[in-house]
Amino acid sequence: MKKSHIFGIIIIGLAIMIIMTTAGDASTYVSFGEAIARAQDGDNSKVHVVGRLQKDAQGHIINMQYDPLVDPNYFAFTLVDTNKVEQRVIYFNPKPQDFDRSEQVVITGNMKQDVFVADKILLKCPSKYVEKDINKTASL
Amino acid sequence: MINTLIGDIGHTSVIVAFVAAIVSSLAYFMAARTKVEMFGDTSWRNLARGAFYVHGAAVLMIIFSLFNIIYAHRYEYYYAWSHSSNHLPIHFMISCFWEGQEGSFLLWIFWHVMLGVTLMNVGKKRKEWEAPVMAMFSFVQIFLTSMILGVVLGDVKIGSSPFILMRDFMADAPVFSMDPNYVPQDGTGLNPLLQNYWMVIHPPTLFLGFAATLVPFAFAMAGLWKGKFTEWIKPALPWAHFAGVTLGVGVVMGAYWAYETLNFGGYWNWDPVENAVYIPWLVLVGAIHTMVAYRRSKQGLRASFILVITTFLLVLYATFLTRSGILGNASVHSFTDLGLSGQLFTYLAVFAVLAIGLLVYNWKKIPATEKELTTYNGEFWIFIGAAVLCLAAFQVLATTSIPVYNSFMGFIGIETNAALPADQIAHYTKFQLWAGLFVALLSGIAQLLWWRKVDKASFVDAITMPAMLTLLFSSLIIILSNKFDILPFKLDNWIYITLLIASLFSVFANLSIILGLIHKKVALSGGAVSHIGIALMLIGILFSSGYSKIISQNNSGLLYSREFPDEVNRDNVLLWRNTPVEMDKYSVSYRGKFFEVAGVPGYVNQEILFRTADEYKAIARADIKAGDKVYYKTGDTLELSTPENTYYELEYKNRKSGKAFLLYPRAQVNPNMGLLASPAIKSFVDRDLYTHVSSIAPEEKEWSTMKEYDIAMGDTVILNDYIAVFHGVEMVNKVPGVELKQGDVAVQADMQILGETKSYHVHPLLIFKDGMAGYYPEEIGDLGLRVTLLNIDPATESFKIGVNTTQREWIILKALEKPFVNILWIGTLIMAMGFIMAIVRRSQDGNKVMPKSGAKVSISNKRKAQAV
Repeated sequence: MKKSHIFGIIIIGLAIMIIMTTAGDASTYVSFGEAIARAQDGDNSKVHVVGRLQKDAQGHIINMQYDPLVDPNYFAFTLVDTNKVEQRVIYFNPKPQDFDRSEQVVITGNMKQDVFVADKILLKCPSKYVEKDINKTASL
Repeated sequence: MINTLIGDIGHTSVIVAFVAAIVSSLAYFMAARTKVEMFGDTSWRNLARGAFYVHGAAVLMIIFSLFNIIYAHRYEYYYAWSHSSNHLPIHFMISCFWEGQEGSFLLWIFWHVMLGVTLMNVGKKRKEWEAPVMAMFSFVQIFLTSMILGVVLGDVKIGSSPFILMRDFMADAPVFSMDPNYVPQDGTGLNPLLQNYWMVIHPPTLFLGFAATLVPFAFAMAGLWKGKFTEWIKPALPWAHFAGVTLGVGVVMGAYWAYETLNFGGYWNWDPVENAVYIPWLVLVGAIHTMVAYRRSKQGLRASFILVITTFLLVLYATFLTRSGILGNASVHSFTDLGLSGQLFTYLAVFAVLAIGLLVYNWKKIPATEKELTTYNGEFWIFIGAAVLCLAAFQVLATTSIPVYNSFMGFIGIETNAALPADQIAHYTKFQLWAGLFVALLSGIAQLLWWRKVDKASFVDAITMPAMLTLLFSSLIIILSNKFDILPFKLDNWIYITLLIASLFSVFANLSIILGLIHKKVALSGGAVSHIGIALMLIGILFSSGYSKIISQNNSGLLYSREFPDEVNRDNVLLWRNTPVEMDKYSVSYRGKFFEVAGVPGYVNQEILFRTADEYKAIARADIKAGDKVYYKTGDTLELSTPENTYYELEYKNRKSGKAFLLYPRAQVNPNMGLLASPAIKSFVDRDLYTHVSSIAPEEKEWSTMKEYDIAMGDTVILNDYIAVFHGVEMVNKVPGVELKQGDVAVQADMQILGETKSYHVHPLLIFKDGMAGYYPEEIGDLGLRVTLLNIDPATESFKIGVNTTQREWIILKALEKPFVNILWIGTLIMAMGFIMAIVRRSQDGNKVMPKSGAKVSISNKRKAQAV
């Protein structure tokens, strides 16, 4: 076979391998129900869950636990997913910097026993995407 | 009063630029037609040139208008209000330009104008190429200026103007219905993460790289259009190098900014925005190599067309990805969606159809050599290398586009919820590491074959020395790292070892090429220099990322939960103020909060600054010194350059040598973004020590209830387990920050408190003013004490003081070691040097082509042959 043909076949082979790895490594956005089901089936792959923080009637975040004086690497909170399911989440790192101000939270991890262990938290802060209130700056 | 003039000037200039671009591209198109060229009719070309210059002038006007709006603090304009503020220093005002999408488009447009004007006026063959190439340029400018038009046609909004007024942008805000001429007094400021030297230079360099990829593309398209399928490579090649170096250096500048400013502990996170600029660069490097191969042996023409076109299309795709909002949940960097996604997609689609269409139409006409390549041809290995680069680019592209697949599937009605891989770094690294390894190996082998006769003996001869040196040095490093403790890592992972060997091989092989050329024409060794640069970058990445070590292990033994032993990490450690903690070979203690004072080098302790109502002004409580020089005396008013930033002084003491140094990681509590922390980095020769604050004690301290003590002069008393001596009181005439009038009495007490390592003096004040008593207590942060002078009884000569205690201050810290990261930065500089050498060589006379494969470079032989 011509050298260039061998060359081409190898390249196509590698490209297919790349596509398969991408598909295999890609994660999915799921709800907590699905995450729990996966864990029960013995599937430990990491998933993404989108949700909002649990708040009380006044809009303050409740059930958030971070005691750096006891253990700086332990942070726990409750997340409410799009199906309104509430789930306890543990994150073995300090509380992320703008956690209190986030509208939406995306966590990556899996269910372990009855708790979702997150190894990544991505925050969506409203002020980054929505116009800021003009009245906050001094007026003439 | 609202100044609408400058906005109108700016907006009109955008429209002028847009129209002039249309005129210029049409005129250049007409000028490029074969009939016109044959007749020597230059009228179209003159019109086109004029139009392009008008376009350029209009662009400069746009820039001037926008800069004026920002510089003169015209907050009636949305751009100034949302990206700048009154206290922004001038050099950061330049950064404001590109914080917003409109401004960064403007930067790109500006670079195209510069490049276009250069192409029109410089270069030998420009008359021949000017019309078709500039037609492409102007055509691109039409699309880019349309992005900042801000014009509404019926229901459709075209572009987003940087000159929009606040009252038009926020038409619903009630304040404007009350007063249409309302002007905010201050802006919301530049994102604190962008207030950094690197953010002033990284975007312009990166955008210059983007802009420069248009040049080889325009030449390729011109070549296809005019049937000049082979001649375009020579003029385009130095420009391709230029694009390669600016884009490459721009990307590394971004990495350095991330390293210095963000605190994810590294310089590259495989974030979609980072990937979007990395992918076209890889393909561009591939294109450069196939073009170089063509210059020497006429092979790789079709590949060059494909790669040059692909590079430009990938740049447009990157623009689409980052600016259209399609990334949504996937990236921390997603910019605000300006509703431009339709326009961006159109831009990409038009050029994709145009380029691919032209290429396919002319495919058969492109000359392709039939000569078969053997394994001893340098060109053969270059093509393998280009293929490796393209596969690497493909891998990153495939994964980064997952949100696009979701969108596309959603568009045709299928709901997919694919997300990016959970562990992005591992996913990309597993391919990119091997790509890097092969690139290093191939850059060595190909170079050795390129400069020699095409046969086995020559190759074996060339490879012997580099191979031996490689094995020697690799073994040395492996043994040193595993058996002795000199190096900050243990090289025992076979993949890393292979990468090291491949990179060292590239270094030595390319070094041998440079040494071989030193006696002949060292200016030809640009490629070898760049390859050494890349190999060093790979080595730097190998050590600093592969062996990055967290040294702030929490060894206190306190763990909140032991349920999940595998997951638990101890990467962050709590530091009480002034209590040292052991980290690796250091004893680290947190010593207090500091601020930046204008005019004073270093940082000033918060405790000697008396804050006033104006957060930018403070009064010195003691002499402000740096080294031996006194900058301010007690009572002087000074200016805080960045009052929102607090610097946390950390003392690192090497336990064995006793030598200590100070680091000042920075944090601010931002009203919109929460706690923003930036690291402090200490660079040693063989590693960087990288420290950042993860969490801080709340500003509002909770004080205990006050305990009162009756004391007399000279008394010793125990305050919260510390011994304190009351030295007495004195009357004072001046109190910083307080106006004392006739009849006012101010008394200051002097107490000395003995802490664990040093003694402290406090001077609480009691001021009688206007018949009332004012208390001015003093705090000792180190001890968590606040002392107030409550009462003086001159009759009994006794004094009453009140003491509150609080929990001592703390911070949560994370510290990492990055071995040999400096090799990465040094490698980048060397790579850039090599590129520049190549640009110089290729733009001079490209006719001094390399000897055809088969002839040894030997000038003396040639002369002998000619003499015969």
